[in-house]
Amino acid sequence: MNAKEYVGRQLSSFTFDVERSQLRLFAKAIGETRNLYLDVDAAKAAGYRDLPAPPTFPFTIGMNPDDQFDMLKAIDVELARVLHGEQSFEYFIPICAGDRVLVKREIVDAYEKRGGALSFFVIGLTYEDARSAQPFCSARQVVVARNPVAKNA
Amino acid sequence: MRNADEVSEATWQEGTELPSRTLPAITRTALALYAGGSGDHNPLHIDLDFARNVAKMDDVIGHGMLTMALIGRYLTELVPQRAVRSYSLRFIGMSKVGDRLECTGRVTKLLEKDGQRCAEVELEAKRQGGETLATGTAVVAIGAT
Repeated sequence: MNAKEYVGRQLSSFTFDVERSQLRLFAKAIGETRNLYLDVDAAKAAGYRDLPAPPTFPFTIGMNPDDQFDMLKAIDVELARVLHGEQSFEYFIPICAGDRVLVKREIVDAYEKRGGALSFFVIGLTYEDARSAQPFCSARQVVVARNPVAKNA
Repeated sequence: MRNADEVSEATWQEGTELPSRTLPAITRTALALYAGGSGDHNPLHIDLDFARNVAKMDDVIGHGMLTMALIGRYLTELVPQRAVRSYSLRFIGMSKVGDRLECTGRVTKLLEKDGQRCAEVELEAKRQGGETLATGTAVVAIGAT
């Protein structure tokens, strides 16, 4: 199936509870040692409601906790064939521990290159406060699938 | 530790190079921690047997999003996270165990966004030896705390 035919497909929506313990582990994993990201009092002193999620944490929020690679099923490719091509975030309100984030995902663009050897899927994600519906941020990720045979070459 | 004070008002001019930083080497432990902390359990990053036998690669590779997180940390050590309005990255090369990322940034443009004075910053991470792993852009609000 041509990549274009996937454009407009919605993926399942879900909520993600942002927890202090996961933010601390994430901080450790990225070498983040500043108190602001680890200590609730320091975060509050810096004006945050609780521990803030670092700038790329929304990518983690955007993986469905019930099925972390469901996005790949939606575009019919296996894990071993995909590469992460690009990622972007736009920020409106900081996400903090204690937030419940409603994630909505849609395939906003898709195209092929090299005679169909590579398929590109652009997934658009919105992240909003599940309680107030205020938008936290948005993201776009470009997933590149290496196709075994160039279908249209 | 760097903080926002290190980037002075004079920094915000087109063409200014931001202080570069070379990060500690990416270890297998770092990849395992990132898999746990990020929830990305793709075995290509943590399981050597999978990398070799299934993906037919020599070794595991680093998570692209770990590279993005590390560059993000570089950025938020120069400006407070609250100042970051947008952040995007293109993944060019795959990071490997032992890579030491050299992060650089350059002010490319001054602009106004929602009535706020902002700077566009071009970001890059290279591995030792100079190969580019990722390039990107961030828009940061000037003077945000």
